[in-house]
Amino acid sequence: MNRRKLHPLMQLAGWLVMLFLIGPVVIVLGTSVSDTTYLAFPPKGLTLRWFENVFAQDSFLSTFAISMQVAAGGTLLALVLGLAAAYALARYRTTIPAWYGSVFFLPFFIPEIVFGFSLLKTLIVLFELPVMPSLILGHAILCLPYMVRVIGASLASFDFSIKEAAVSLGMHPVRAFWTIVLPNIRSGMIAGVVLAFITSLNDMAVALFLTGPGISTLPIEVFTYVEQFFDPTVSAVSVLLMAVTTIVMILIERSLGLSKTIK
Amino acid sequence: MADHAVTLDNVVAHYGRTQVLHGLNLSVGEGELVSLLGASGCGKTTTLRLLAGFIQPTSGAITVAGRDITDLPPHKRDAGIVFQNYALFPHLTVADNVGFGLKQRRVPVAEREARVKAMLARVGLADYADRLPAALSGGQRQRVALARALVIDPPLLMFDEPLSNLDAKLRIDMRVEIRELQRANRRTAIYVTHDQEEAFSISDRVAIMHAGRIVQLDTPEVLYTRPVNAFVARFVGFDNLLPMTVIARDGDAVTVETVGGTLLTLSLGMTGPLPDRFLVGARPEGLEIVSAGPETIPGKTHTRSYLGRAYQYKVDTALGVLTANAPLAHDHGQDSAVGLRLNFEHCCILPYEEN
Repeated sequence: MNRRKLHPLMQLAGWLVMLFLIGPVVIVLGTSVSDTTYLAFPPKGLTLRWFENVFAQDSFLSTFAISMQVAAGGTLLALVLGLAAAYALARYRTTIPAWYGSVFFLPFFIPEIVFGFSLLKTLIVLFELPVMPSLILGHAILCLPYMVRVIGASLASFDFSIKEAAVSLGMHPVRAFWTIVLPNIRSGMIAGVVLAFITSLNDMAVALFLTGPGISTLPIEVFTYVEQFFDPTVSAVSVLLMAVTTIVMILIERSLGLSKTIK
Repeated sequence: MADHAVTLDNVVAHYGRTQVLHGLNLSVGEGELVSLLGASGCGKTTTLRLLAGFIQPTSGAITVAGRDITDLPPHKRDAGIVFQNYALFPHLTVADNVGFGLKQRRVPVAEREARVKAMLARVGLADYADRLPAALSGGQRQRVALARALVIDPPLLMFDEPLSNLDAKLRIDMRVEIRELQRANRRTAIYVTHDQEEAFSISDRVAIMHAGRIVQLDTPEVLYTRPVNAFVARFVGFDNLLPMTVIARDGDAVTVETVGGTLLTLSLGMTGPLPDRFLVGARPEGLEIVSAGPETIPGKTHTRSYLGRAYQYKVDTALGVLTANAPLAHDHGQDSAVGLRLNFEHCCILPYEEN
């Protein structure tokens, strides 16, 4: 790559965007180590006691575990459903009516608050599902649009005659799906999983309605904590959450081999 | 039927509610290469996909090597298909692509490797075994696709417009190569194309398809000289279709009238037997441009284009605009009154039909 000189204004704009994106992260990081009982930036003093406080609170640890379980379950469910939907939409795009695909994007258009409330009415009140399955189901629906969209984009550039070639050479169609189709849309699946996992982990609105006594997710717990205390513990939780998310992403990338699929 | 490698018996197919094949009959002999030729939407690709098992016929039967395969799923059909866009497995090496079918058939590794190696040598890709398809040129990919289809020794080879993504020069080289490989391996083959020259040059017989039916199935020579109707005639280059009505017969001489009242005397010795109404299909070189006079169709030249070996003229006549070629030595200019004389060496007689 040859480096071309950028116009100073372009450079400035670039730096501003970087600042805008990284700024909040730096501020949260700074406040989490501040030796004050309120959020201070730049940090005054240096301490790790807010991090200690996080691990001292059982509620943070237990809700974190639930958040991870919900994110994993919801993502997995969304992956299975989204893959099936995206595949059918791509494979039969000539025979399936065009509007059919849009159905999978409806969760995008409904305000999350309304969506959460309607889930409460149906899953918890009507079907009397326990909180955990409700959360997983709710997050699966929340993440489904990302899955269908991102996997669909991968499938759009997939040449189905490759699968036909495999079948014509004697491979069972189901096996051809696993060994021919999936490896070629892996990048879309990984992107979908990453998006879904983060969406689930960040969700407030849906969890707000679905969580009940004894079971809560980490964002809800943080929200409740902030209502009572406004010390840098929240920042520490945030930093830890960012760290965990990053680690999970790296693990997903390593195990599914994202780098192998990007050419 | 026993000596036919492939038969389609009264096959009807639908896409949704649209009927795309209307009772197709086709028999292909052992070792024969038959092309399905037609414009897009004529049903040629549908026929191939039926043979491959990717779609199911509404009714009718398909046999390959004497076995009814109508209800056999595609992965059990032993079809060797060369796809239009090659359809190589992008994540597998050239050798693994070629060996794919053998692996599915559980051919032992040693034998598999030997057969793959031999086949790659045969298509001139021995040095490319470890490359990925992305690192190959279009022609090389086409060869890999060909090798992959041939190596499983299929009873039937199928080609779905295999050369349409290659440039003109390579297309001609590859079609010769395909023909040689098909003949050397004595493979029965079905070849789908919309390119008339390609179909005629490569095939033992060509089926010209239109609107879900085979209009004519013959050797290229017969198709080229004796089309059965106006559609095929136009397809093989009889650009001018002239309706004729017999008004008098006198031994060998037949007097016919064409649109605009022009009278012409034809010789049965030149044309063969003539019904009372018929069409004359004339190639551009079958209409000689002469000075206006008896036994010619009067007209006026309007557009002249240079073809290298001849000039081609558009000529306004009572029959509409006709296309005629004239030797370069005779420049008839534009907007001049001329006569067109039929040269039956480059004409054919067709059953009468309305345009």
